[in-house]
Amino acid sequence: MGPETTVLCNGVGHRYRATQALEHVSFSITRGSSTALLGPDGVGKSTLLGLIAGVRKLQTGQIAVFGGDMRSQAHRDEIAHRLAYMPQGLGRTLYPSLSVAENLDFMARLFAVGRTQRRQRIDHLLGAVGLSAFSDRPAGQLSGGMKQKLSLCCTLLHDPDILILDEPTTGIDPLSRRQFWALIEAIRAERPQMTLIMATAYMDEAARFGRVLVLDRGRIAEDGSVAEVLERTATATLEQAFARLHAPDHDVSAIGSYQSIRQHQDGPPAIRAQGLTRRFGSFTAVDNASFEIRRGEIFGFLGSNGCGKTTTMKMLTGLLPVTEGEAWLLGKPVKSHDLATRLDVGYMSQSFSLYRELSVRANLELHARLYRIAPDQRAPRIAEVLREFGLGDVVSAKPEQLPLGQRQRLQLAVACLHKPSVLILDEPTSGVDPAARDRFWVALNKMSRQRNVTIFVSTHFMGEATRCDRISLMHAGRVLAIGTPDELIKAKAAQTLDEAFVRYIEAEMQAKDEVRPMSVDARPAGRLTSERQIPQRPGRGVAASFNRIRAFAIREGYELMRDRIRLAFAMLGPIILMMTFGYGISFDVEDLRFAVLDRDQTAQSRRLIDAFAGSRYFHQQTPVYSDVEGQNRLRKGELRLLISIPQGYGRDILSNKRPEIGFFIDGTKPFTAETTRGYVQGIIRHYDAERAREIPQAIPAPPPFTVEPRFRYNQEFRSVFAMIPGSLMIIIAMIPAIIAAVGIVREREIGSISNLYTSPAGVAEFLLGKQFPYVVVCFASYVTLVLIAVFHFGLTIKGSVPGLLLAGLVYVFAATAFGILISSFTRTQVAALIATAVITQVPVLSFSGFLSPAGGLEGVEALIGRSFPAYYFQNIAIGSFAKARGFLDLGQDYLAMFGLGVIYLCIARLLVRKQEA
Amino acid sequence: MLWLQNVGFLTFKEIWSFLSDRLLLGFLLLSFTFLIYNDATGVDTEVTNADVAVVDSDDSALSRRYRDALLPPFFKPAVLISRSQIDAVMDAGSFAFVIDIPADFEADILRGRTPALQLNIDATAMSQAGVGGAYIEQILLAETRTYLQPNRPQDSLPLLIVDRALFNPNLDSLRFQAIEALIEQITLFALLLVGAAVIREREQGTIEHLLVMPLRASEIAASKVLANGLIVLCAVLVGLALTVRLVLQVSIEGSVPLFVLATALYIFSVTSLGIMLSTIASTMPQFGMLIMPVFLFLRMLSGSTSPLSSMPNTLSTLLQASPTVHFVNLAQAVLFRDAGLMTVWPEIAKITGLGAVFLLIALSRFRAMLARQR
Repeated sequence: MGPETTVLCNGVGHRYRATQALEHVSFSITRGSSTALLGPDGVGKSTLLGLIAGVRKLQTGQIAVFGGDMRSQAHRDEIAHRLAYMPQGLGRTLYPSLSVAENLDFMARLFAVGRTQRRQRIDHLLGAVGLSAFSDRPAGQLSGGMKQKLSLCCTLLHDPDILILDEPTTGIDPLSRRQFWALIEAIRAERPQMTLIMATAYMDEAARFGRVLVLDRGRIAEDGSVAEVLERTATATLEQAFARLHAPDHDVSAIGSYQSIRQHQDGPPAIRAQGLTRRFGSFTAVDNASFEIRRGEIFGFLGSNGCGKTTTMKMLTGLLPVTEGEAWLLGKPVKSHDLATRLDVGYMSQSFSLYRELSVRANLELHARLYRIAPDQRAPRIAEVLREFGLGDVVSAKPEQLPLGQRQRLQLAVACLHKPSVLILDEPTSGVDPAARDRFWVALNKMSRQRNVTIFVSTHFMGEATRCDRISLMHAGRVLAIGTPDELIKAKAAQTLDEAFVRYIEAEMQAKDEVRPMSVDARPAGRLTSERQIPQRPGRGVAASFNRIRAFAIREGYELMRDRIRLAFAMLGPIILMMTFGYGISFDVEDLRFAVLDRDQTAQSRRLIDAFAGSRYFHQQTPVYSDVEGQNRLRKGELRLLISIPQGYGRDILSNKRPEIGFFIDGTKPFTAETTRGYVQGIIRHYDAERAREIPQAIPAPPPFTVEPRFRYNQEFRSVFAMIPGSLMIIIAMIPAIIAAVGIVREREIGSISNLYTSPAGVAEFLLGKQFPYVVVCFASYVTLVLIAVFHFGLTIKGSVPGLLLAGLVYVFAATAFGILISSFTRTQVAALIATAVITQVPVLSFSGFLSPAGGLEGVEALIGRSFPAYYFQNIAIGSFAKARGFLDLGQDYLAMFGLGVIYLCIARLLVRKQEA
Repeated sequence: MLWLQNVGFLTFKEIWSFLSDRLLLGFLLLSFTFLIYNDATGVDTEVTNADVAVVDSDDSALSRRYRDALLPPFFKPAVLISRSQIDAVMDAGSFAFVIDIPADFEADILRGRTPALQLNIDATAMSQAGVGGAYIEQILLAETRTYLQPNRPQDSLPLLIVDRALFNPNLDSLRFQAIEALIEQITLFALLLVGAAVIREREQGTIEHLLVMPLRASEIAASKVLANGLIVLCAVLVGLALTVRLVLQVSIEGSVPLFVLATALYIFSVTSLGIMLSTIASTMPQFGMLIMPVFLFLRMLSGSTSPLSSMPNTLSTLLQASPTVHFVNLAQAVLFRDAGLMTVWPEIAKITGLGAVFLLIALSRFRAMLARQR
């Protein structure tokens, strides 16, 4: 391998359970070359790119990038700053709530771009790609094209030597696509030594590359320049070559030209929109859109990303309420509750909206049932669509394991399953390979021509648009033009629809003098890369590491601050809990409801009753007249104590015969029962003493001694003094753990975790950075709770105040660390949530020494209690609030909490991998 | 009919989805077996193994007798300490009780001077301070009386206290704790599972698909309640049969079918609450932050940790809207006091009614929630 070789793959193989995604793939890529990766859906393109980028774990074979083994983490870290990778999906590595500038700032910090340079680079890049005007806009509100440009900027910040792009232009409109390519070309011109590897679904894009690698069934089917490939396959265009490769018996001559003449149709339009308008706050997503779609027509919907196509479609399906205007579907006004119309409509949303956890077959079966397909028709119909959409091989796979293209096909299959007479398809072929797209359009055509199905479809592929009967062009919420493809091309005197599209939009933008993201074919304004030939190496050592932690912390902090609802819940929840616990929970046993069954009815018996009625612990209820009644009232829980006084009680007690009195205590709750028993003893003793004083002839034995109970730390024996520190312990154990737990799993679910995989940052840095903002927020919450305890509930901190605050900080650290530990081994946010709730409640509620003393615990329980910080914090809280114990007395509790936090983080560090499996 | 059929299909799907997350299933089973066992056996509100120290300045036959009188399982053998150590050991929480016997204690008793004995109680351990203190006092009194008058009846009270703890003669806390733990797990899972299922549909966009299908919002909500309710109910049956009865050997006085029926209704009620809360939060992190306080609120203020009667009026009135409060009442009545349907129907009605209200609110918000997410 010479110095000119950037990437070397040798016998690379990869399996996902039963599927062999790649098999014996070997090739090498030279420095400064550009390579396009083509192939049908699910052929392993993304897998291969992920392996080269080092975000996926290599199973078999060798991959060397810049001459080093990609199996070695050390080498991957070493080259992280020379490599840039952009995974599939619109803006998948962006953080939607962060602004454009903040997203870039984060990536720059992560790659250790110095402060002054950072500002310059960001301003420069934004200017060059024409996003300067949008630098404060949250990334989530950008259009698809802008998202991809921003993602590209993020990868360019550190001047990579190799750029790996996975279908970056899938799902973006032609205008944005041109702009994107202008950027790529500019970068290549500026940095000729940079190697570019890119997967694409567009054949016209592939033609721009010096070399084409075609993957088929996990192997390399073709390798060479575009001309070589065309020659070998004896085809005229790449599109045809591709189709031939994939399905040799496919009739390639029809590709790109297939369109049969539509029959003339009468009758009311299938879809009619009249002045349709939708506003989100001050933003008008769809502005006065009107169109008619005839029955059996294929109606294409074109427009730049974010122009309102999806919103229009959602209004037609009844998913979104209409702000103004009207729409009719099959002659009926669109109302969200009209079930009959829905039966006749098939809808496919832009983002995947089927059940990822159910198999392909299960998804189809569910839809067959819900769309009321007769039971005996279900199996044949499902078999039919499986064949039609080429899903036969993956029936038992789960959609989450399928590549984007196959998932789209599944969605289409579902939309067509019940043979609706109207199909509303929102970018159905985005991410689908050309051959499958062709098959799909043939199927659409057939449905329209043979079964008179009306098809309303949005697309970014101009080739597909030409296969529509009529198309409508939309921009910024408004419908610009409607007509047949030929009419539109003629209207703008263009050669192709693509050109016509760009002209329409440019004319519109000029007319409205809009802030333009970038002029269409112009070169970017200024350099995209920096002058340096050798990219700067990220520093090692503590300072660099600290900077990366800071980058993660700032980013997470921004995200947390943006989510006002979550923040409000995180601050208010604890306060409400503290208030209600403080007032609500107590161990004071008071107001015990009791009743008497008095069979004696003498002055003596009434005296006894009075002794109870006068006690603050008891609350007298209406008397009981029979045993059965007493039993019943106890059973209902109406009474806690029944006193049964026998006949002749008065007589017996006066003659010192020691009559028996029955006390029936409700034993349901042992603690209350025990306490009641104690109260009864006390009251009887008191009653006896009183009586002895008055009746000299009764000679009770005086007690030999008195006991002076001293309730220490809580003289009045009031629950609130014990409850408040306990509540603090409970609340601060659970809330921080939950808020932190969802953190990592969420990044994994959304996909932004790949930023970690490709960055030079370590897992530990990632974890610590993410934890930091949570510690801050939860500590603020803790301080609020302490203030409430002191000023509202009147607790005094007898121990050290700084000690108590420090304890809170350490406790919050340990609790969030625990949440991070949970999130390191759970796969879904739901699981993370439940795992945290389940695991924390045991040590917190049961073994922390709050509800019952922890001193009595033994064995496993003591072990569980002691491996969670709550136990130690309970000690400190009680010690600081009630016992005047200082920091030094409790030193080991602080140490234990901190130690546990560190241990949790260490385990999490071991569980979180810096690569995908 | 069609409504039921659709609910059936969706319910089936829901259960299938649940079963596909093995980790989640594992946690559910863990909670209803191991955790209930652990809670029931680990938490003790009874006085058990309490640490007692004695400061014996008397060192008489009587005071030595005291030291040996405190016996397991309530107390650990008393430890002798010096008076100067009292503050330190109590501060450190090493002893919950310190008995301070003054000098000449026995002599004073024999002379009839009624000396005073100080009992230091660590009042921060609320659950055992009061009861344990009373125990110690009784034990010492009885010990003194046998010492002074070995042949006289021990109790000199003018009347004979015959106290009987009904429904639980030995005041065994295991049973109470087991059921409390069961209710805790029911509440947690009924709240979380359904809410998380709704949020997941929203985050993954699948609810959008459901809403374009010929389905009513009520069918979607009902299937969520039904599916997740059934899952929790199955877990309850496992917990009840396996953990509570087989392993813990808890004897249940009352009617188990009645309890299971009431549990099903309680699950319905809490699940409806969960689905209502899920229409407020829009992402899983938000839902997590919303659901934990609600769970803690229901759990800690259910009336089983501390009775409603000792709460301020506003709070106990507010708590009438907590299905957990009514269910705890009902569970105690049915399982421990063998109450029948005639006794507990008001609770059943309240639980069901609250559930219906939650569900109605959830339904009215279901579409609004969707329009908001864009």
